[in-house]
Amino acid sequence: MTAIGLDGNAAAGWLAEVFRPDATAAVGECAGCGRRAPLADVNVFGGDVGLVLRCVACESVLLRMVRSPGRAWLDLRGLTFLEFASME
Amino acid sequence: MTWQVATVVALRDETRTARTISLRVDAWLGHLAGQHVDVRLTADDGYSAVRSYSIASAAGGDEALELTVEELEDGEVSPFLAGELAVGDQLEVRGPIGGWFVWRPEQIEPVQLVAGGSGIVPVMSMLRTHRRRPNGTDMRLLYSTRTPETLIFRHELDGADLLYTRMAPPDTVRPAHRLDTADVLTYSLPAAESPTCYICGPTGFVEAAAELFLSAGHTARRIRTERFGGGGT
Repeated sequence: MTAIGLDGNAAAGWLAEVFRPDATAAVGECAGCGRRAPLADVNVFGGDVGLVLRCVACESVLLRMVRSPGRAWLDLRGLTFLEFASME
Repeated sequence: MTWQVATVVALRDETRTARTISLRVDAWLGHLAGQHVDVRLTADDGYSAVRSYSIASAAGGDEALELTVEELEDGEVSPFLAGELAVGDQLEVRGPIGGWFVWRPEQIEPVQLVAGGSGIVPVMSMLRTHRRRPNGTDMRLLYSTRTPETLIFRHELDGADLLYTRMAPPDTVRPAHRLDTADVLTYSLPAAESPTCYICGPTGFVEAAAELFLSAGHTARRIRTERFGGGGT
């Protein structure tokens, strides 16, 4: 997952470590340009110790996740909200 | 979600560069069509690499979990999976993963599948699932590939619209070229039927195809995409 050109679908495994429902189906609003899209439909970079999701429209950083053994750190500053389908 | 041990139970070459890997995973709870798994390989020195691979097998069955992997020239992981891996070897997998690029048999709208190259893999899982349990809805496949030799799952493509970008078989009406507006209008469900469109392939293909479907009148909220870079090793 180190290559440029992967989309948010590839981030699902990472996000499953911290979110119970699938976060790639959740709609996020970019704090930079206001684009709303499922996290599956964004650009993904990184993939070894860190993961960065960027808006496909304005390239703002939406989400950063860093992992170390036994710990995960999530930065959601680039998203004004994440909208999940309600869980039963 | 935890890593599980998967044992290779069968290998099947699909093309010169693509291979299907059948895995047995104890306590596997099944998957949805279109989902993927993360595969982790760890070297003797402890270095490990994780990559995502789409599931090719149908959902809702009890057969082995199948991944179809296209070998990428500069890949770190895919040449091993598509080349050296042998029956009996073990891998670590976690999954199934992903809730966006999935098709569920409860969906009652028509479906247009669009695949470019090895983007056929998650789409084939949808087609296999639909064929196993037809739900009365139309599901069509438009598959763009370079040449007849690069067709993956060639024995399961009856009824699919096959479009070639580099070299078409001699008896084909359509000359080889990249997907264009005329192709979308000729070889896919009309926008008036409001199909859900699943588009998967390399980034350039997916972006171009999604634009073509939008300009053919399909709405953005009925288009779901999954793209991978040429270097998605």
